[in-house]
Amino acid sequence: MSSATALSWFARHELRLAWREWLAMMTGGRRRRTRVAVIGLLLFAALLHVPAWAVIGRFADLQLPLDKSSLIVISATIFLAWTLMLSQAIESVTRVFYARADLDLIMSSPAPLANLFSVRIAAIALTVTTMALLFSTPFIDVLVIGGGPRWLAAFGVVVAMGLSAAAIAIAVTILLFRLIGPARTRFVAQILAAIIGAGFVIALQVAAIISYGTLSRFTILTSGAFAEHAPDVDSIWWWPARATMGDSEALLLLLALGLVLLGSVMAIFSGRFADTAIEAAAYGKSGRRITKERPFRGGSRQQALRRKEFTLLWRDPWLISQTLMQLLYLVPPALLLWRSFADSSAALTLITPVIVMAAGQLAGGLAWLTISGEDAPDLVATAPLTPSGIIRAKIEVVLIAIAVIFCPLVAVLAFASPAQAAITAAAVIISAASATAIQLWFRVQARRSQFRRRQTSSRLATFAEAFSSIGWAATAALLLALPIAGLISGLITAGLVAITWKFSPRRE
Amino acid sequence: MVASNAKPDGVAVMKPDSSALEVLGLTKRFDRLAVDSLDLTIHAGEFYALVGPNGAGKTTTLRMVAGLLRPDAGGVSIFGIDALENPVAAKQVMAWVSDEPMIYDKLTPLEYLEFVAGLWGIAPSVSEPVAQELLSSLGLEPHRRERCEGFSKGMRQKVALAGALVHDPRLIILDEPLTGLDAVSARHVKGLLSERVRAGCTVIMTTHILEVAERMADRIGVIASGRLVAEGTLTELRQQNGHADTSLEDLFIALVTLQEAA
Repeated sequence: MSSATALSWFARHELRLAWREWLAMMTGGRRRRTRVAVIGLLLFAALLHVPAWAVIGRFADLQLPLDKSSLIVISATIFLAWTLMLSQAIESVTRVFYARADLDLIMSSPAPLANLFSVRIAAIALTVTTMALLFSTPFIDVLVIGGGPRWLAAFGVVVAMGLSAAAIAIAVTILLFRLIGPARTRFVAQILAAIIGAGFVIALQVAAIISYGTLSRFTILTSGAFAEHAPDVDSIWWWPARATMGDSEALLLLLALGLVLLGSVMAIFSGRFADTAIEAAAYGKSGRRITKERPFRGGSRQQALRRKEFTLLWRDPWLISQTLMQLLYLVPPALLLWRSFADSSAALTLITPVIVMAAGQLAGGLAWLTISGEDAPDLVATAPLTPSGIIRAKIEVVLIAIAVIFCPLVAVLAFASPAQAAITAAAVIISAASATAIQLWFRVQARRSQFRRRQTSSRLATFAEAFSSIGWAATAALLLALPIAGLISGLITAGLVAITWKFSPRRE
Repeated sequence: MVASNAKPDGVAVMKPDSSALEVLGLTKRFDRLAVDSLDLTIHAGEFYALVGPNGAGKTTTLRMVAGLLRPDAGGVSIFGIDALENPVAAKQVMAWVSDEPMIYDKLTPLEYLEFVAGLWGIAPSVSEPVAQELLSSLGLEPHRRERCEGFSKGMRQKVALAGALVHDPRLIILDEPLTGLDAVSARHVKGLLSERVRAGCTVIMTTHILEVAERMADRIGVIASGRLVAEGTLTELRQQNGHADTSLEDLFIALVTLQEAA
């Protein structure tokens, strides 16, 4: 087999693996669901055109040349999409290093490793770009339909962004390996992915709150002060915005830049990619994390179970990154709360739905980890406890964790507005309880490490959990503004949770 | 009243006539019949080996006994406790170790044993020295403060086994406990199990290593197609088949082939 044939064969192998990983994620690992998943995805893409139209339909008529404010808004939106791609790329790279089981096989083969890992780097870039294209297509479609084919250039911008995001993700991950070692890189990369994904939006919101007392990030982007400090309209910083709007020269330059960046990363890092992969693989076998020894603690059987769950939650890197992301989203409302503390600003009302939504989402994740993600199911099932006692202890862990995180926020809110704090507290409890109940009804036996795939095991549970959190958040907000509407929203959400229970699998 | 059980080497061992486990008409069907009206009695203080080809129903049987699977029909009694009617009381006196060691990657062996002891309601003053002793006897003492995520399969199996022993069960059920263990570790585990049996504990073990069953077990049960096709000491099995000098492997192949032909 010639070198070129071997490379194209390996590229096909990589693409097949990427496709199957994606398909497994979409179908929850059930082959029979492939057709349903494809139809569902097409429907989802079609439906996504509606919000896309609502969000950016009115910008379809925009033409070059643009003023600074418009360039800032478009560039910020593109940068936000790029940070999300970078976040996904960092996660993909970490997964390739730590989770792929084929490293021993690849590294024991006589093929040149640098070439093979160049292909693997390219496959990561392709995966990231394809995912970005999938999600951006409805938005670009809307612009093309409303503003003409010049908007097709936006697809090229997405490709350039995907290539550069993948290149930077690989460089960052390998540098992290060199700087802090394989054990910490896994954890730090996950945290980094979470922070990068949410960081930009939150930073804009924080700036808007500090400067203007509002959560709207567009306030700061369209402000005169921001435009004053922004570069000239001819600056290369506006290339992505100009390329998106059909400037072919800017588009070609961006694509070239993306390819050069990826090529450079391949040339510089493909050799080190192999070393890094070897270290990551070895870490799994020889990693030693020393824990402080302390005397055994007494207590009831349920207490033992709760202690174990708390220890595992505390030591779970996936959970910490996910929780951090949820908590990051709470930073702007917390800041708003602090800023509006002295007055009875209407902006204060916005805090309640954000807190309720975050509580529901976090409770869903925690409930999956404690109820479904049991790594020693046989041990727990053969312990002298009733199944209801086991479930009760696990639910208590979720609710205690939620209480610890959200009580301080509600307590601070109580000083500003006791009535709002009471409604927020009740909605947090109901939202967390609903998400936990949904996870309980749809529980499946899984390993904790499968956390990121939890949403694929039951689409119904995933949507129900999301809608329940949104529903209770809306109910709380409406109760503060328009109590009758809040009551109706609450009844609808309760109905939704009841329907979800009706459709949940029956158990003995 | 006592019953006589002969060791494979022919030395008679007297056992009290109380049963640790009684299984009556146990049946389980998945897409096919996995366990077919199985009757089994294992005496207290006995080392019982359950052998059989792949898919014979060994693990399914033991999972039903351990309370991990609900049988379609039949009953399970553990030291006189109806395990289906009163599972919590039955579980209090037994331990289960599966072939795939399921432990928590993010806990240290010591933390794992603390958790298991807590689940079984053992006082820390009792469980802590036992845990330390178990880790020491299984060669895990140097690793007691390390998280299990970096452990080899053999080390994980030893942690799981220590978990099964830390609450001092009267009945230990092990599904292929020696899989993945090196020769030294396997000897450690076999020694530990023999010690428990000498102390009065009952051990039921499935194994594919017939030599282990031959050397360690008081009695051997051969299971095929969900049925117990032969049972007894090695001497009794040889007598049943009319081959006085046959090895367990030859006997096993003869019995399984006969069952498959039927």
